[in-house]
Amino acid sequence: MIPGVSIHEILVLSSILFFIGVYGFITRKNLISILISVELILNSTVINFVVINKYLFPDILEGMIYGIFIIAVAAAETALAVAIIINLYRKTSSVDIKETETMKY
Amino acid sequence: MNLNYIFLIPLIPLIVFLVLGIFSQKIKAGISGYIGVLGIAISTILSYFAAWQYFMVEGKLNGVYQTFTEKTVWIHFTESLHIDMGVLIDPISVMMLVVVSTVSLMVNIYSRGYMKGDDGFTRFFAYLSLFTFSMYGLVLATNLFQIYIFWELVGVSSFLLIGYYYTKTSAIAAAKKAFIVTRFADFGFLIGIFIIGYYTNTFDFQTLNDPEGSILTSWASTSFMGLSVLAWALILIFMGGAGKSAMFPLHIWLPDAMEGPTPVSALIHAATMVVAGVYLVARLFPMFYIVEEGFVLHIVAYVGAFSALFAAIIAITQTDIKRVLAFSTMSQLGYMMMALGLSGYDGHEGVGFMASMFHLFTHAMFKALLFLGAGSVIHAVHSNLLQDMGGLRKYMPVTNITFLIAALAIAGVPPLAGFWSKDEILVAAYENNQFLYLIGVFVAGLTAFYIFRIYFGIFWGKDTSYKHSPHESPGSMVIPLVVLAVLSMVAGFVPFSEFISADKAGFDTHINVPLAVIATGAGAVGILMAWIFYKKENDLASRFANAFGVFYKCTSRKFYFDEIYLFMARTIFFKNVAAPIAWFDKKFVDGTMEGIGNKTVVISEKIKGIQSGKLQDYAFGLIAGFVVIAFMFIYLWTN
Repeated sequence: MIPGVSIHEILVLSSILFFIGVYGFITRKNLISILISVELILNSTVINFVVINKYLFPDILEGMIYGIFIIAVAAAETALAVAIIINLYRKTSSVDIKETETMKY
Repeated sequence: MNLNYIFLIPLIPLIVFLVLGIFSQKIKAGISGYIGVLGIAISTILSYFAAWQYFMVEGKLNGVYQTFTEKTVWIHFTESLHIDMGVLIDPISVMMLVVVSTVSLMVNIYSRGYMKGDDGFTRFFAYLSLFTFSMYGLVLATNLFQIYIFWELVGVSSFLLIGYYYTKTSAIAAAKKAFIVTRFADFGFLIGIFIIGYYTNTFDFQTLNDPEGSILTSWASTSFMGLSVLAWALILIFMGGAGKSAMFPLHIWLPDAMEGPTPVSALIHAATMVVAGVYLVARLFPMFYIVEEGFVLHIVAYVGAFSALFAAIIAITQTDIKRVLAFSTMSQLGYMMMALGLSGYDGHEGVGFMASMFHLFTHAMFKALLFLGAGSVIHAVHSNLLQDMGGLRKYMPVTNITFLIAALAIAGVPPLAGFWSKDEILVAAYENNQFLYLIGVFVAGLTAFYIFRIYFGIFWGKDTSYKHSPHESPGSMVIPLVVLAVLSMVAGFVPFSEFISADKAGFDTHINVPLAVIATGAGAVGILMAWIFYKKENDLASRFANAFGVFYKCTSRKFYFDEIYLFMARTIFFKNVAAPIAWFDKKFVDGTMEGIGNKTVVISEKIKGIQSGKLQDYAFGLIAGFVVIAFMFIYLWTN
């Protein structure tokens, strides 16, 4: 509980963060940027979990634990995604999303 | 009676067919002939054993031959209506077993010689076995549906064997014609079966044929256009039988069927398959007799008598010896139908039924012999046509004598087989319908005339000079001829009426001397006329032909029935019925369907850009959808 900051302000912050992530995910052409956007989306969710837990149900810890879960999963996912991107880079010497279209064939 | 081994009789030819058919490329031609003969031989032995066991040992109870059945339910509809598969043993089925086995065995042996060196030797024997299997199944059927299944199977075998020389256009056309005409007739048969199944709730022969049963009488009052429905059903069933037995006006396929190899003509189109129609009527005889007090039997009798006369007249003018024999077969089948149609039920009243079966039995022997003899001649001179033959008695003594025996038998000369059975038919006709009796006697004379016409034409007549000197056929062909000749001589002495009668009780027959003299006299006149016309080469025959002029021309063209049917099929049916329907089908039905298909292609062509394969596009769609749904919910909640 942060004095002087209400839950609404924090939720607005996380919403802004979420839509920035969504916007980046849809518009970016660079795979690394897309990955970062995904991280933004995940982080906004984590903020939501933590804040709602802290402000509304201060006696329990489920929200916090889920937040830690998400961070762990996000880390794993990032490792995997970076591995894919590196492999792609070795093949095509670029990290442009256009190059992935060739993987269809 | 133990029926277990009866199942083997049809099954062995089936196994032979499968073995020969599947391994046709691997089996050497010579061996496949032996396999075919061996299979039929085993079935023949079993059939003879069954006949001995049934007629001599176990069949009779209190002087009446019993009916034995063994069956399992195959397709179950209701408690009473179900299709069974099984075997039925009664006097006529056992008699047919003997006929089919004997002729089939002889034909198989004969074919080893006749078909030697042919490319499709193994295929031929496979088809023969398939046919024999189907025919056994038909004979042993326990109900209408089973008989129908095997009925179609013999039709298929017949189709395959007529079209055996599949590189010959005429053979293919003949095979198609035979199949289509008999199929057309079988359509009536099938509808008849459905009517019987609908009204009586059973297909079973024993239930249908029970003279004391209530099934037939209870439906006698349900009528349609002045006839009871069961009478209509029987007429339709007789239509199927008439198609198979080449009765007028469904006879047109039989002469063309002679395109098949000659042993096939002997087996299928003379002795066994074509009598299936007669057998069918005989099988349902009590039903025919009871329904509408035998009204349908009158139709049978008149159709039979007319076919007998009609075919006998045509047979006189044909020059292809196999076609003469084909029309002769049709004529004799007409005889059998006529006798069936004139028969009563009890004791001596049932003489027509007995005579019909008797004639079926003897006819199978001597007509098979005639065909095999003709085959032997064709084998020697490589032609079917009478004008290419003449004076062959010097070259082919055995064929000559056996053919003569068969010709005497069919002409009704005592004491050969045909005399006895034909006499019984004429007795039945005389006692029941004197008009048909006169036709019968006239046909007897015609029969003698046309058969001796080809006999003298082949073996006497002019001394044709041959390119290759003809010689007697090999042993495998001569032995069946001799065996069948012996059978044609002795078959008439079987006390047939003791074994087979409409009420299954048996009765005594005595030769009716005045009628026998008249019939034999008619035959003798026929033979004498043929002697005068054809024994030595002379122009009497052509002078007579000229004297008859138009009538002769009509007859030699088979009264233009082929042309009439072609006209009806092509001009009337194809142009006025089939063509408009085809137009409607092409333009309307197909058009609608194709329009739907084309529209689908056009639309999908337009919208296929949506599926780009780009993940970001999809993500955009997903999120846009979420946003829209979210706004909708917000709108709903706030109001």
